[in-house]
Amino acid sequence: MARFTPKVVTANALLEGDVVYLTADNRWSRVHEEAELITEAEYGDQRLAFAAAQKNVIVGAYLADAKAGQNGPEPTHFREVFRTRGPSNYFHGKQAELN
Amino acid sequence: MYSYNEFDEAFVRARVAQFTHQVERRIDGSLTEEEFRPLRLMNGLYLQLHAYMLRVAIPYGTLNPHQMRQLAFIADSWDKGYGHFTTRQNIQFNWPKLPDVPKMLSALADVGMHAIQTSGNCVRNVTSDHFAGAAVDEIEDPRPYAELLRQWSTDHPEFQFLPRKFKIAITGAPNDRAVTKAHDIGLRMVKNAAGETGFEVIVGGGLGRTPMVGMVVREFLPIEDLLPYVEAVLSVYNTLGRRDNKYKARIKITLHETGKEEISRMVEERFAELRPLFGGNDQKLLADIREAFATPAFRNAPTDAYDAFYKADPVFRAWADTNLTQHRNDQYAIVTISLKAHGQTPGDATSDQMRVMADLAETYGHNELRISHEQNVILPHVHKGDLPAVHAALVKAGLGTANVGLISDIIACPGMDYCALATARSIPVAQEIATRFDALKLEHDIGPLKIKISGCINACGHHHVGHIGILGLDRAGVENYQITLGGDGTETAVIGERAGPGFAYDEIVPAIERLVQAYLEHREGPEETFLEAYRRLGLQPFKAALYPAEGNKDAA
Ligand code: HEM
Ligand code: SF4
Repeated sequence: MARFTPKVVTANALLEGDVVYLTADNRWSRVHEEAELITEAEYGDQRLAFAAAQKNVIVGAYLADAKAGQNGPEPTHFREVFRTRGPSNYFHGKQAELN
Repeated sequence: MYSYNEFDEAFVRARVAQFTHQVERRIDGSLTEEEFRPLRLMNGLYLQLHAYMLRVAIPYGTLNPHQMRQLAFIADSWDKGYGHFTTRQNIQFNWPKLPDVPKMLSALADVGMHAIQTSGNCVRNVTSDHFAGAAVDEIEDPRPYAELLRQWSTDHPEFQFLPRKFKIAITGAPNDRAVTKAHDIGLRMVKNAAGETGFEVIVGGGLGRTPMVGMVVREFLPIEDLLPYVEAVLSVYNTLGRRDNKYKARIKITLHETGKEEISRMVEERFAELRPLFGGNDQKLLADIREAFATPAFRNAPTDAYDAFYKADPVFRAWADTNLTQHRNDQYAIVTISLKAHGQTPGDATSDQMRVMADLAETYGHNELRISHEQNVILPHVHKGDLPAVHAALVKAGLGTANVGLISDIIACPGMDYCALATARSIPVAQEIATRFDALKLEHDIGPLKIKISGCINACGHHHVGHIGILGLDRAGVENYQITLGGDGTETAVIGERAGPGFAYDEIVPAIERLVQAYLEHREGPEETFLEAYRRLGLQPFKAALYPAEGNKDAA
């Protein structure tokens, strides 16, 4: 069986469009490190189904590759890195709002 | 310019009211995202990487000062104080929140604007020459026809669910500044042997993953036949276009699969059926629309101030040399305001800058503004005597960059800084190229050169028709940039040729620098532009500059 790459569940918030992550205690956090790191395929599918059912809170839930880091899960692909920060041409989005 | 009549006004207001309810129903849960998505797209609302995005149409790129100020007001009230002007003569707001969107649409309706048909598989914003009505080489102002097409296509019941999006561009001049050959339908005004004005109809152009230059399906279409003929093209496409595969759904593929002869035959057949159904009301409407585009009352006054400044002030002269275009009235000039200050985001304007441009249009520009597909703003009618004052005001607002048509006048799509479909970033690449060549102080020496950058294969940044095109891709989880050379978006349209393997993010700017150095070394003189040199020399010398290590390998 192919090895499972760890994942987080991510989506955009319905009202603001902000990038959000599903936490282990079923909250939607704006912070990637607070996401639940999923290490097993079947559990990943369950969490995604749970997320996708929250139709009035989030839009477009999907599983994104991640890895364990010092303060919690970290993104591995550059697209997901940008989603944790915001655009590179202006100091807008999370990079401005989370600090 | 054209102002909404009662019908337009009522229609747009009704749409705002309808969408307001749809947003409410989405928020209270009565609509699912699957139900809501097509509704929001019909109203120009996308969900991007970090936020929603509202795309507002600027029909054929024409705006009045009042509308420009309203865009500034919207940017300040519900966005982050700026807007992004795009290659399709739209403006995109990158940070709206869902509950605010109805207010934004209502503010747009207040000034006769909307976001309808800026997305979805329908006829999109009809684009046009940004110098329309002012250019010396023009046969006729194309905008009345663009407005006629806008009215005809807006909410047209037969064409709301086409196989795919449909883009129409129109120009009234032989020098094509509207990229008509890369549109689903391109219309170029021409004269026939009898000296009458009509349209050359080009069908099946497009960029995206299968770039194609359109084909001429009708060499001369009389003006009265415009709507029935365009309707015939759409009707044939609507029947034949492939709905089974979205990558094969554009009319360019239909044309290639069915063949030009057969399509032309079907279009002519359908046209023969439709023509008698147009009883002449469209021509009455056209006559009314034409009045709305009457030439402004040009001022007759000396232009000495211009001549004096041109001689005395090198900064003004540099700007005049790059940013002014000859006007059909020789006391006037067409001003291109560069939204490409070195290091800034191509096409972005702050709300303050929008207000400055609106004021200038009002004071000096006969109340007209245009958005160009090259992501700049145009004041089409400025008396030469007023140019020093206009220039001074622009400089003060950070809008005085003298680089139109030069290497830093780059088209860049939003790329992975905003767009959910992107495979790489494009804005920072544009910023770095501009900053680098500004530091080298080379760009005026290099001369006319069009760089166009897209952040994925969809080609929103027109990279295929850039003299140098840059396409950002994701290669095994890393940003990688492919270069195409020799593209051309004008009347001599050509799709650029791929130069070879791509470059990593930190290699792309040096690669462009090597390319440009090779041009400077090989050109016959400063009069030979990059594109001309490329056409004379072919890919080889440029390839050698791009991949020097490989040249060495071959030699070894
Ligand atoms: C949310 C942002 C955007 C999305 C989702 C998007 C999507 C797309 C897609 C899917 C295509 C390919 C169509 C095809 O090949 O059939 C395309 C083409 C194109 N888009 Fe965009 N786009 C976006 C932003 C823009 C912007 C900002 C511009 C203007 C700067 C633009 C202008 C164009 C143009 C000129 C083309 C190529 C011409 C053609 O349709 O063949 N788009 N876009
Ligand atoms: S080219 Fe790709 S990345 Fe750029 S705006 Fe279009 S869809 Fe987005």
